[in-house]
Amino acid sequence: MATISVRTRDGELHSFDGRIGASLMENIRNAGFDELLAMCGGCLSCATCHVYVEQLPTSANLPVSSIDETELLEGSDHRQENSRLSCQLPFDETLSGIVIGIAPED
Amino acid sequence: MKPGNLTQSFDCVIVGGGHGGSQTAAALRQCGFTGSIALIGAEPEIPYDRPSLSKDYLAGKKTFDRMHLRPQDFWGARDVELLLGRHVSRVDPTARTVMTDRGEHFSYGQLVWAAGGDPRKLTCPGSDLTGVFYIRSKADCDALLDVLPDAQRIVIIGGGYVGLEAAAVFREIGKDVTLVEALDRVLARVAGEPISRFYENEHRARGVDIRLNSGVTSLEETNGRVSSVALASGEAIAADIVVVGIGIIPSDGPLKAAGAEGPNGVDVDAFCRTSLPDIYCVGDCARLQYGPGIRIESVQNATDQATTAAKAICGEFKPYDAMPWFWSNQYDLKMQTVGLNYGFDSVVTRGDPASRSFSVIYLKNGAVLALDCINSPRDYVQGRKLVDSAARIDPAALADTSRQLKEIDLVTS
Ligand SMILES: Cc1cc2nc3c(=O)[nH]c(=O)nc-3n(C[C@H](O)[C@H](O)[C@H](O)COP(=O)(O)OP(=O)(O)OC[C@H]3O[C@@H](n4cnc5c(N)ncnc54)[C@H](O)[C@@H]3O)c2cc1C
Ligand code: FES
Repeated sequence: MATISVRTRDGELHSFDGRIGASLMENIRNAGFDELLAMCGGCLSCATCHVYVEQLPTSANLPVSSIDETELLEGSDHRQENSRLSCQLPFDETLSGIVIGIAPED
Repeated sequence: MKPGNLTQSFDCVIVGGGHGGSQTAAALRQCGFTGSIALIGAEPEIPYDRPSLSKDYLAGKKTFDRMHLRPQDFWGARDVELLLGRHVSRVDPTARTVMTDRGEHFSYGQLVWAAGGDPRKLTCPGSDLTGVFYIRSKADCDALLDVLPDAQRIVIIGGGYVGLEAAAVFREIGKDVTLVEALDRVLARVAGEPISRFYENEHRARGVDIRLNSGVTSLEETNGRVSSVALASGEAIAADIVVVGIGIIPSDGPLKAAGAEGPNGVDVDAFCRTSLPDIYCVGDCARLQYGPGIRIESVQNATDQATTAAKAICGEFKPYDAMPWFWSNQYDLKMQTVGLNYGFDSVVTRGDPASRSFSVIYLKNGAVLALDCINSPRDYVQGRKLVDSAARIDPAALADTSRQLKEIDLVTS
């Protein structure tokens, strides 16, 4: 089982089994979190899938942000060091235990 | 209506299970609506992501199970009754009921109309031949995908976003593509000329035969299937299949018949209320009080209007003022649009289209109205702020790519 924990905007933490191969955005959406709008469906156009990577399992790595992802994140008033667009992060076993926070709405 | 006909009653009935309808239901629950909710949708599928149809789904790069806007069990968990595969054919605002094509009646406390639009149909002779396709629903797209492997020559009628995106997909899988556009440039209704010319060049460079100023007079058949497209010039273009993308007609018939006002779509106020009591309208068929009254066909608009309507239903009256945005993917080109260019009186091209990364900025009376950004998310992100503040900037400065948009001084006068 590869688990994902998601902190919603009210601060509550929820954990669930993630689907390997789907993006973190798809996983969060499929688990029913309606705070994450992900309006462009994952094609790196909208930044409404903005999350904070609060905890990364040791030895796990996330792909580096593309320039486009970085630029889109720069437009957010809530950007932090650990900001990512969740549609750009494929979920796999190595990420089991990852803790993600949903960023505030822009 | 005889009371015995009443099938079920809901505090809120939503008609249309697309982007607007599904977001209305989700947003109602998010803002604490505890009443019963029904989502009535004509399509058999649970709400899904429509823009992918002309992009990754058509290209075979995305499977349908990755396009659900919410998972199936989300609706049960939110206590939203999904009534799919039913078309609402009548609205009775006095009895407060809707009737479906199955003869069911549902009564409502509040009604949200989110029925989107139907593809505008080609009307010339031959337009009902086998082999003519539209791309609006999954069913449309599946029908097209069924015959695609056996079709080599494809004629696309209409140079809007859907037609251009389909052209890109077809070229990438090696089809012969001709795109026929009645006007003198593609995207004429939505984008400025530099954008039109850029896309025409890109498509031509990849082998799409683009015919501008070309009216279609008829579709010709061989053995009952479309075999060519006849143009007003007298020329005939051979076609194994024809894909039509000439816009949509708002699906507002039953609501109009019930007395809702509006010439092209349904007129709504800042809270997405129609002229009928307790009836809201959101998405592609809602006509905003903006300029002469316009409909905006985008996921952003449908989603944000849905949220506005849901809040109003919950007693939180927050006028719709979301910043419009839109995207289109063709080949390796990502276009992002922000603002509405309606009524612009000048355009500035920022960057060199030949570099395939540039932006077009639309101004009205010197103030920034909108931007179309191609492969330039930085301009898109920074341009949003300029649109938001209707910034007044010297056009020469806007065109100067040695400075970022956020660093450019405003004209103070
Ligand atoms: C191929 C394609 C590509 C697109 N690409 C983009 C893009 O890249 N970016 C973007 O922002 N937008 C894009 N759009 C536009 C976007 O999909 C629409 O603006 C958006 O879906 C509008 O949402 P809606 O809820 O108003 O309508 P829809 O999503 O169309 O939903 C309406 C639903 O109502 C149903 N319905 C209609 N009449 C009735 C009735 N009487 N009873 C019951 N149900 C009914 C329909 O079957 C449909 O399921 C694209 C559209 C298409 C077709
Ligand atoms: S879903 Fe739009 S950028 Fe991630």
